[in-house]
Amino acid sequence: MLEQHLTALPIILPLIAAPIALILGRSVLSWGFATLASGLAFLFSWQLLSAALSEGVISYAVGGWAPPWGIELRVDAANAFVLLAVTAISTLVLVYSKDSIEKEVKAANHSLFYTAHLLCLAGLSGILITGDAFNLFVFLEISSLATYTLVSLASDRRCLTAAFRYLVMGTIGATFILIGVGLLYMKTGTLNMMDLAVRIDAYDSSRTINTGLAFIMVGVSIKLALFPLHMWLPPAYTHAPSAVTAFLASTATKVAVYVMIRFIFTVFGIDHVFVDMGMGLILMALAVVAIFKCSYMATVQSNVKTVLAYSSVAQIGYMILGLSLVSVTGLMASMIHIFNHALMKGALFMAVGAVFYRVGSVDIKAFAGLGRKMPLTMAAFTIAGLSIIGVPLTAGFVSKWYLVTAALEQGNWTVAALVLIGSLFAIVYIGRILEAAYFQKLPESRSSENIKEISWLMLVPMWVLVIANIYFGVDTSLTTEAANSASEWLFQTNNILENNMVEGNSQEVSS
Amino acid sequence: MAEFIDLVLLAMLALTALRIIFLKDLFAVVMLFGIYSFLSALIFVNLDAVDVAFTEASVGAGISTVLMLVTLAMTGRKEKQSTHSTILPLFVVLVTGAALIYGTLDMPPFGHPDNPVHQHVAPRYIEESPKEVGLPNMVTSVLASYRGFDTLGETVVVFSAVIGVLSLLGVRRTKKKDLESGLETHKVLHVVSKIIIPLVILFALYVQFHGDFGPGGGFQAGVIAAAAFILYALVLGLPKAFAVVGPKFLQWMAAAGVLLYASVGLYSMYKGGNFLDYNTLAADPIAGQHYGIIIIELGVGITVFAVMLNIFYAFGSQAERSNIQ
Repeated sequence: MLEQHLTALPIILPLIAAPIALILGRSVLSWGFATLASGLAFLFSWQLLSAALSEGVISYAVGGWAPPWGIELRVDAANAFVLLAVTAISTLVLVYSKDSIEKEVKAANHSLFYTAHLLCLAGLSGILITGDAFNLFVFLEISSLATYTLVSLASDRRCLTAAFRYLVMGTIGATFILIGVGLLYMKTGTLNMMDLAVRIDAYDSSRTINTGLAFIMVGVSIKLALFPLHMWLPPAYTHAPSAVTAFLASTATKVAVYVMIRFIFTVFGIDHVFVDMGMGLILMALAVVAIFKCSYMATVQSNVKTVLAYSSVAQIGYMILGLSLVSVTGLMASMIHIFNHALMKGALFMAVGAVFYRVGSVDIKAFAGLGRKMPLTMAAFTIAGLSIIGVPLTAGFVSKWYLVTAALEQGNWTVAALVLIGSLFAIVYIGRILEAAYFQKLPESRSSENIKEISWLMLVPMWVLVIANIYFGVDTSLTTEAANSASEWLFQTNNILENNMVEGNSQEVSS
Repeated sequence: MAEFIDLVLLAMLALTALRIIFLKDLFAVVMLFGIYSFLSALIFVNLDAVDVAFTEASVGAGISTVLMLVTLAMTGRKEKQSTHSTILPLFVVLVTGAALIYGTLDMPPFGHPDNPVHQHVAPRYIEESPKEVGLPNMVTSVLASYRGFDTLGETVVVFSAVIGVLSLLGVRRTKKKDLESGLETHKVLHVVSKIIIPLVILFALYVQFHGDFGPGGGFQAGVIAAAAFILYALVLGLPKAFAVVGPKFLQWMAAAGVLLYASVGLYSMYKGGNFLDYNTLAADPIAGQHYGIIIIELGVGITVFAVMLNIFYAFGSQAERSNIQ
């Protein structure tokens, strides 16, 4: 029975677990239950990825109604790959959060925290798996509302302003996506993505379709924090509880990048977006500015969480840069970086959360001398930091390698050089923190405090991610195979859809 | 004639919107929001979209107005002078508006039967749904069966909203017993509300279970039922309302509604169908569809009722506290 419903389970499981976690009420109970549900979702998405890699595409008709009349769940290598990263990070963060939120979230709100986390996971899985444009919006709303809640749960009052700002920007983004989907529906009469793809081609140059494209692109860009629409991200990541930041930084924006890829490559088609509308150049320019401006911003911050938040915006730049190259290798680089960046940022923010747990501050000064006091945490931070920089034998190197290869394939030396120069900034902002941790002495005032290593419950998930960073830097077979078939698949569907148009006009793909 | 009515309504809508922008008194703004929602509901009626109109009237004009008024009780009724420059926002709004107008230039002719929206998916809903789903109200068929997964998602959105409100505000019971809460001294209100409340609840139940045949369903019914309890809380005070349905119980109710909806899906999976495939619920597919829709609508109604009332409790108990201090 599970085989048949494998596609739906990663959504349904956290969706049902969320209200149960609320009913359980007690902190420990809802923690255990949420972790169990998320862990199961991870196992299912693991199976889903291997099924997608062998079978190509798996379609599931919710309610038994065939698409386009009913809602279709549609899994291929691309979304199964991202889903694997999302469910894995969610499970690790949940394990980590038990101790972490003791310090950062009021005890009365613990079960609300786990409920919101599960709702967010359900929303993100839904966005990834669904094959229906409106259904995507519904799950986007679930995940967004849950993330605003998660950000606002910190005991630091400044999180409220950050959450409010995030809410306003996020709502504008979601509304734009809704307007875009509405315009597409008006012109095509369908909401199913594959069906949309076939029917949009018939109206290629229609103003309504183009306006829909523009609204969806701007809306998604807000959600993925593409420069210059990223202003909500640094405060939200800085003031949210550490466990929340670790989860959001490694999943929420990545899922939005996936949505952009899906809309460009599957729904609108490469020719329309990149050739007719010239979006490639716009995206590339914004990505390059994001890399440089935000990497620079990261070097001048004093709050380590803000440093990493700006670094995230810069890393999103790398992902967008990859897809704007419009080649199989470029898209593959984006997909790999989505996965690898989740591993790096998850580990980094967990390490920062550990420092906050012991020291009570995440200012760069608070890191002074921690290399001796919290050796395991700082070692984890160092390795994940090296991965962000892109040092060989770490996952970050693999991402940058494919990105540079993709640029050189097209003879685009400028982009390749810019990617490498961008990494220099990462050396500066990660280096500043490492310098404080290893070469500065613990201040006198603090030497009397009992700063020691954190509990294993926080260390284990952190180190799992650190080891994954090294593992996927050495043995790249899983990431490259999945990303490669995802990227080839996206180009392939795009071609099939376009050939269909030339040969048989509005032939139904779904039927 | 219909077009003339539309024009008048749209003009009134635009006037209301402009007035909202320039008014500084937030109490008046909230009232105008209510009027705005009623006007949009009228436009929906004119477009023959009665279900949407019903939802807009009950949610947009009804419950949101109440919630915004409670917010004003907590914060204050005068708008603060904005210190930001308005040039960039104005520019963004103008560009967005221009893009929307540009998008409508190639819009299919309004209301034409050959439009894609009437030609592609809709004919199947219109022709087959009485046979496949067996309900006279096609809106309910699409909402609860063809696109039942969306409706489950929307119910979870409502549930997420209450999680957000509870984590920010929480429901606090006022400790002082002698605190004057509600409007106990107003005898007329007392008597009138005692007559009205049962009628409102009865109407909510009618809307809940009649949604298969006419406009209505879980969303509207939940909101209307919540309105009855909110009236009770306003007149008799929060402590007495807590005695009828407590905030903790409402939390469980909100969760239970979502679980009831999802359990229909799980049961259909157990019966060998896909998630939310109501055909498998009974031997006769049409009967199965009917059972499925009644149960999920009930789940929606329970969640919406519990969430709306709990949000009111959270806001209301905060407002009372800030009044004491």
